[in-house]
Amino acid sequence: MRRIAVTLLLVLAALPTATASANCRKANFPAIEAQVMCLVCGVPLSLADSPQASRERDFINGLIDKCESTQQIKAALVAQYGPRVLALPKTSGFNAAVYIVPALALLLGAGLAVIAVRWWSSRGGGEPAPAPGAPNRADARRLEAEMARWER
Amino acid sequence: MTRRRVSPVTMAVLAIATALLALLAYGVFINQPTRGIDAALAAGKRPAAPSVSLPRLGSATNVSLSDWQGKVVVLNYWASWCPPCRDESPLLERWQKRIAPQGGTVLGVDSLDVVSDARGFMRKYGLTYPMLHDGDGHSQQRFGITGYPETFVIDRRGHIAAVRRGTVDDAFMRRAVLPLLKEKS
Repeated sequence: MRRIAVTLLLVLAALPTATASANCRKANFPAIEAQVMCLVCGVPLSLADSPQASRERDFINGLIDKCESTQQIKAALVAQYGPRVLALPKTSGFNAAVYIVPALALLLGAGLAVIAVRWWSSRGGGEPAPAPGAPNRADARRLEAEMARWER
Repeated sequence: MTRRRVSPVTMAVLAIATALLALLAYGVFINQPTRGIDAALAAGKRPAAPSVSLPRLGSATNVSLSDWQGKVVVLNYWASWCPPCRDESPLLERWQKRIAPQGGTVLGVDSLDVVSDARGFMRKYGLTYPMLHDGDGHSQQRFGITGYPETFVIDRRGHIAAVRRGTVDDAFMRRAVLPLLKEKS
């Protein structure tokens, strides 16, 4: 009888936690996976396939099951693996190229477009092409002169 | 003879392509692992061990590799998720017991690993040798580490005398460690 009472008490004590765990809004695993790195592979975790990546996934899933938020999970990952685990390249050294190159590429693209348009215009590309069968400029001038002479 | 004029667009495209190729080459060059240790050892030299400062496993206080100077150090990089490390650990523990009375030690570096996993691993395999933790693996590049496990045998003066990029065995330990124990610091 006493044993049953103790068991009942234990079940009742565990109920709120279990209910909270079941009801909590769980963090999105694929979203987290895309935001962190597999440090051994050097690629985002979502693309990685290695024993370390598997362990990292298990670690994330364990925290998701404990109802931790995305931010809490990322903080826990940083505590274990350091800031390099976050899929954000450093802003110093060669990795700064990740931020600089797209901006430069955009500027270069715009510059290229300007150069291309100017070059195309200077080669007469801006003039409309005559319609098929239509007289060219010289023919048109000669035609106008002859029409004027005929009308006189 | 007429010289063909290269258009500005072609020149700009060539310049961009060259710049991007140069950037790619530079990126590949600076990110490749250092193999200077292997080259020096192959030339019969003993390069100085890189200076490394890491916390003990489960502690926030950093210790330096040079703290072990005067001892023969078997520096072993490992991780709990690495299957070959499981096979190697009992052997390293046996060697720890063998070399400790002669002024040697195995020094583990648990790398890219969850601390609780590493502790569980140490309990499971009964590891008693000192253990450091390199959570983000930043110290690896200095040793040119590309996989696990990798082991460096460091003499009493802090110079690397041997390296094993892979699992160590008794033959390697006998050949690489025992002669160093007889050397004076």
